[in-house]
Amino acid sequence: MKRRNFIQQTAATGAFIGLGGLSLSFSKNNKKHITILHTNDVHSHIEPFGPNDSRNPNMGGVARRATLVEQIRAENPNTLLLDAGDIFQGTPYFNFYGGELEFKLMSKLKYDAATLGNHDFDNGLSGLLAQMPHAEFDFISSNYDFSNTILDGQTSRLKIFMKDGVKIGVFGIGIELNGLVNESLYKETKYLDPIEIATEITRILKTEQKCDLVICLSHLGYEYKNESKISDVLLAKKTKDIDLIIGGHTHTFLDKPTVLENLEGKKVLVNQVGCYGLYLGRIDFYLDNENNLNASGISIGV
Amino acid sequence: MNFRPYSILLVFLVLFACKNNAHITSSPSEINGKRFPIDNTISPDPEIEDFIRPYSNHLNATLDSTLAYNPRNLNKSDGKLNTAIGNMMADLVMAQANPIFKSRTGFEIDMVLLNHGGIRSGIGEGAVTTRTGFKLMPFENEIVVAELSGKKMLELLNYLENAKIAHPISGLELKVDGNFKTISALIREEPINTEKTYFVATSDYLQQGGDSMNFFKNPSNLYKLDYKLRNAIIDHFKKVDTLKTSIDNRYIQIL
Repeated sequence: MKRRNFIQQTAATGAFIGLGGLSLSFSKNNKKHITILHTNDVHSHIEPFGPNDSRNPNMGGVARRATLVEQIRAENPNTLLLDAGDIFQGTPYFNFYGGELEFKLMSKLKYDAATLGNHDFDNGLSGLLAQMPHAEFDFISSNYDFSNTILDGQTSRLKIFMKDGVKIGVFGIGIELNGLVNESLYKETKYLDPIEIATEITRILKTEQKCDLVICLSHLGYEYKNESKISDVLLAKKTKDIDLIIGGHTHTFLDKPTVLENLEGKKVLVNQVGCYGLYLGRIDFYLDNENNLNASGISIGV
Repeated sequence: MNFRPYSILLVFLVLFACKNNAHITSSPSEINGKRFPIDNTISPDPEIEDFIRPYSNHLNATLDSTLAYNPRNLNKSDGKLNTAIGNMMADLVMAQANPIFKSRTGFEIDMVLLNHGGIRSGIGEGAVTTRTGFKLMPFENEIVVAELSGKKMLELLNYLENAKIAHPISGLELKVDGNFKTISALIREEPINTEKTYFVATSDYLQQGGDSMNFFKNPSNLYKLDYKLRNAIIDHFKKVDTLKTSIDNRYIQIL
């Protein structure tokens, strides 16, 4: 952290403590600012689409994404870079190198965490395990139980990041693999109910760990015609204490996050940026230290 | 200014205490969301490009080395109920998969059925490469052999009657009338015997009900060959000098 910013922020905190919890109205500049950047379903798209591509000419490319991410980090160092799964499968890079290049590049871009998509199992548990040493970021998966598999201990149920004194809890929800992935690939991986697990993990993150922000990385899919099929929209409505769901799987191109209400009537954001690294999603959270702020009073500029 | 280092230390201690014991939760008071297109207005990071280059060079050299020659353009819309490219795919599955199936089970594949939609690209006149194989079959589908009852074989024929499209077949000779109803369906020159079972090779995607081929579900037996459709295609390209395939009489309409 830059020394000048540090002094400014500590001075503000000092004033707050000195006044013994009196409500202060901070100007926007004094608010804490957390930036969340995200991708999903990149599907091994390392290089940009060519100028003659019929659907996405001149779009995508990891090297361009790197430039953009660095620009945003220079603007706000309190940034997390996250991925919602299906990193693997879609170009010959995956067939040739098994995901090595995808993980190495995500490490170079300093991804903080990713969750697992169904296609990340395409080379089996052993194929995924073999590439994990190339990933310098965490795999967060809360509802896959890998305890009877070779992936046991390789993923985290949840992870807490501290950025500028803001506690950010992240958990990961994967899609049911049965029927979607050959059983010989996922073996004895157990799929646990997304709503039950999300309820348990958010209680840990919010009540026990007192996280300021709770983010769910989900590969459930945005929404389904069969409305009872679990999706990000359903997860948002049937849980509490999640601030943001970063989704994947359905390759849904949202130009801005969807704002929904959770079980308690509080706002939840759901976002997804399509696929193939064509877009980078960005959510900016501005936080102040008022404990009792009514979440329904949040201004959401989306 | 002498007080400053001390006050910073004090505040730091207070902050430290907060983090470890009584973290003061705060709530977002303002949230903004937007997305950035990754397009050619963003200059690529040169360090990342340099890192990718050796991987892409190796990949492209392998993908673009010539395996065979294709004397004429092939595409999946050049025939009504059978196409040259579809016939090539179904025939190569039969040729590549049958020796594996026979060595493992002692049985022989009776017929192959793929889907028209699964032909993901045409093949242009000229050099045929590994990349051609990837374009034709970008997915990881594996070849499986389903042992189907005679009853399920009739469902298969019924499916084709309704589909009215050039789903690639091999080993089955099919004549249909003006309404696409089956006139004759021969395997090894014999009509389908509903008392028998048949070994039908297809992709795992179709066997699991892809393209609504529900007759493939719950077969009498299912044999997984651990052989990707794409690899069978590439192995075929490696085996032949020139692609020789054409529209023929395996699946035709008698008007």
